[in-house]
Amino acid sequence: MYNFDFAKPSTIADAVKAMSEEDAQALGGGQTLIPTLKQRLAAPSTLVSLTGIPEMQGICMDDAGRLCIGGATTHATVAAEGAAHYPALAAMASHIGDPAVRNRGTLGGSLANNDPSACYPAAVLASGATVVTNAREIAADDYFQGMFTTALDEGEIITEVKFPVPEAANYQKFVQPASRFALVGVFVAKYADGVRVAVTGASEDGVFRWSEAEEALSSDFSAGALDGLSVDASTMIGDLHGTPEYRAHLVSVMTRRAVAAC
Amino acid sequence: MPKDSGIGASSKRREDVRFLTGKGRYTDDINRAGQAYAYFLRSDVAHGRIRSIDTTEAAAMPGVLRIFTDEDFKDTGSLPTAWTVTSIDGSVQQEPRHPVLAEGIVRHVGEPIAGIVAETIEQARDAAEKIVLEMEELPAVTDAKAAVEAGAPQVHEELTSNLCFDWGFIQDNKAAVDAAFETAHHVTSLELVNQRVVANPMEPRCAVAEYDAGDDQYTLWTTSQNPHVIRMMMGAFVLNIPETKLRVVAPDVGGAFGSKIYNYNEEAFVTLAARILGRPVKWTSSRTEAFVSDAQGRDHQTKIELALDADGMFLAFRTETYANLGAYLRLFATVTPTYLHGPAAGGAYRTPLAYVNVKGVFTNTVPVDAYRGAGRPEGTYQLERLVDKAARELGIDPAELRRKNFVKPEEFPYQTPLAVVYDSGNYHATLDKLLDLSDYAGFAARRQESAARGKLRGYGFATWVECSGLAPSQLIGQLGARAGLYESAMVRVNPTGGIQVFTGTHSHGQGHETAFAQIVAEHLGIDEKLIEIIHGDTAKIPFGMGTYGSRSGAVGGAAILKATEKVIAKARKFAAHILEASEEDVNLVNGQFTVAGTDRSMAWAEVALAAYVPHNYPSDTLEPGLEESAFYDPENFVYPAGAYGCEVEVDPETGVVEVLNFVAADDFGTIINPMIVAGQQHGGVAQGIGQALLESAVYDKNGQLTSGSFMEYAMPRASDLPCFVVDHSCQTPTPHNPLGVKGCGEAGAIGAPPAVVNAVLDALNNGGYDVPDIDMPLSPSRVWAAMQSAS
Repeated sequence: MYNFDFAKPSTIADAVKAMSEEDAQALGGGQTLIPTLKQRLAAPSTLVSLTGIPEMQGICMDDAGRLCIGGATTHATVAAEGAAHYPALAAMASHIGDPAVRNRGTLGGSLANNDPSACYPAAVLASGATVVTNAREIAADDYFQGMFTTALDEGEIITEVKFPVPEAANYQKFVQPASRFALVGVFVAKYADGVRVAVTGASEDGVFRWSEAEEALSSDFSAGALDGLSVDASTMIGDLHGTPEYRAHLVSVMTRRAVAAC
Repeated sequence: MPKDSGIGASSKRREDVRFLTGKGRYTDDINRAGQAYAYFLRSDVAHGRIRSIDTTEAAAMPGVLRIFTDEDFKDTGSLPTAWTVTSIDGSVQQEPRHPVLAEGIVRHVGEPIAGIVAETIEQARDAAEKIVLEMEELPAVTDAKAAVEAGAPQVHEELTSNLCFDWGFIQDNKAAVDAAFETAHHVTSLELVNQRVVANPMEPRCAVAEYDAGDDQYTLWTTSQNPHVIRMMMGAFVLNIPETKLRVVAPDVGGAFGSKIYNYNEEAFVTLAARILGRPVKWTSSRTEAFVSDAQGRDHQTKIELALDADGMFLAFRTETYANLGAYLRLFATVTPTYLHGPAAGGAYRTPLAYVNVKGVFTNTVPVDAYRGAGRPEGTYQLERLVDKAARELGIDPAELRRKNFVKPEEFPYQTPLAVVYDSGNYHATLDKLLDLSDYAGFAARRQESAARGKLRGYGFATWVECSGLAPSQLIGQLGARAGLYESAMVRVNPTGGIQVFTGTHSHGQGHETAFAQIVAEHLGIDEKLIEIIHGDTAKIPFGMGTYGSRSGAVGGAAILKATEKVIAKARKFAAHILEASEEDVNLVNGQFTVAGTDRSMAWAEVALAAYVPHNYPSDTLEPGLEESAFYDPENFVYPAGAYGCEVEVDPETGVVEVLNFVAADDFGTIINPMIVAGQQHGGVAQGIGQALLESAVYDKNGQLTSGSFMEYAMPRASDLPCFVVDHSCQTPTPHNPLGVKGCGEAGAIGAPPAVVNAVLDALNNGGYDVPDIDMPLSPSRVWAAMQSAS
């Protein structure tokens, strides 16, 4: 890696200030960023670690019944402490990467990176969660804007994510055999006002909502309601591990399985 | 009652204490005073002409000691290859120069162009980024068949074509083989790909070199399976350093699988750079570099055909293979797809006629060389896939078709139509053992149970015979080898009875330090703990050829036995003298020298001490000391064999293959340490399942390795594998070496891939999907696509 300065602020305000430096880069758990730096594919002037800020840590329920998770909370913490409140979310977190990844990687880091194969974007989008930053609140539907692209402005920091807790939910991940990221991951969440279905890993445009399936499931929450529905293969990713047609097929299969498991 | 010591005992691996407690000493653990660091600027294109290299700015960067380019290596020799293969037309293989650093042309992604040596590795990398390289990209060819088509890009302009050799084995058989096909009742044919894989040992390569100007001595510490071979090859052929001036040390090595046999560019580079700079120089491969600089494995495209009579008896088989050699020839590049492939290509069957044709082809890809099994997995895979296909076409049970065509136990030694004589075996016994251990009789019920859950269950067979224990030197010399493949040993008895055994083999995970001690302990009747095995340092060990090709037990072990017998013979002389008996009356029993018919005896340690205290010996007939050397050259190869059964479940919705059971029933002859052998079976099977289901080195049409990291290259993990059932109770000791051992290291990697693929095809074809053929790796995507095109 190239040389960089390192800052580890203890408040959000200090972090925002540190991020105002030119070419400053926020560092969550570093599970993507550190390998990128080691390969010399990025050269930030300052790395601003967000892991020393108490107000960005931990899990709680707010008055509106939403599960609120600090932006710097690790996957392992979500897996352990979220289970009582939002079991499907905790189960998803418990299957990200391996123990080393889960004990370093953070919710905010995953969302800021918005890897098209990451798990969290599917959970956040399917839950209709709210992404809270140092500056504003962003609805999940507005937050994800394509592969590795988000609504975040330069220097903006995810401080918290608020998840409405669904009546029932399930995440089905079909792993890519090498990286064990999601080749296709489908998060289904059933709320009183309807069902949301978010798909990661599959689309050239990153995480997306499968609205046809949502409509069908909102009126009949059963795997059978999905009969005859499929996503358009032409927008799916094709690579060594799966053709666009295969991914489109898996979206249907994983959605059914998620519904069946709810 | 299992033994607790000596041959046949499951002695715990003594080396594991240091490996498991972090006390192992690997090459990267070695740091010399004043050490500088090398980093390589490597080609990022598969084929290109270097228009210019400007190192001016880079050389002025902080910490840079020197930047080397091909100019600095113009007087060095080509990195060598060890075998001459002769083509059908009588011409010898085309053998282009393989330079340490690219000379004007780069021929694969990852080829080193310049070597930067600096005070720190980061400084060397910084400097590499400042080298101004003008590269004219040239058209590349990555596929072996495409490379021999008219108009294909030429990998080496100075050669007549990309065809390295066109080998027919045995050419004299061809007419009779073809004739048998003309009149056969049934012909089964199959075209398949044995895909390219990356070895990926846990420890990446590393090399540290030091030069002592005072006595003109070089030392190279390197991740090698064969330090003496590196010393000989690099010293004699590349750098022109006499063996007396070069010491090569291969300390603990964290896995190799064949990829650490060769004399690599980087080893020669650091050795020469250390002398020029007067500083020790270290290079450690990153995993990214390993993907594009370690020799890769397999990469065969084969058409294989089998002629059968009306009773399902095999009449003849023939093959045509395009073997992708990559851009340059590494050490075993030409022998792997030929003489390590052809002789055992007939497997366990008494097929009377056989012909194997292999075309070795240069392409703009990373060089290919031996990889666990080296040639034998490719031969076994194509044959066992073909036999299963024949069984399906003829409606015969695949176990029965195999059994009726097996070489019979009473037919050994068995002369095959492919030049070699199988030593011993009982293929019926290993198959019976497999059927029993895998409850083949109960499979139909298990298939029904799976079907009830919506899954397709399949059972796949593979039998295998390996031509291993490399190698009888006279025979391989006739076949084109440029070296012998004997092995050496020296047994040194110290004055107080402890023994050091110096072996020319090299342990990089195999457990030699334990198993070889068992051989010596068995014959001396002493505690294994008194015996220390020393390997890996040319300054200590006698000249030996190293470890690969399942040779260490069969050849290295036999050398140790031979040296041990010499030690015993001499020790008897001391004992006879002291006990005042005739030599013939003195016997070594359980560590005691006894005189027949008397109660006189001496303990081993007393005799050892006496050997070094020559106060009253007849010095004209009895030299002091107790230390003996032996070189053992095997009479013939050895032929371990086995029968494997794999049971899978395919998810028809997703194409996911789950391996539910895997049973290996092997015959390795005499077993030195059953626990270590079982470990080798496990590792080999895991590696074979890895190739069958997961691993694949994929190049795009421009020659970029698209599966060049663990994000894209899928390695097998524990969760991909079932609990294996491994057995080696069927034992037909080989008469070709005095231990009776046959070699077990490569078995699983040979037998597992066809068993897995046959199981998946069985599942699909019995589950209503007519899929005659499928190529590895059987990724979910590929299996699903095959089902889609079938239905």
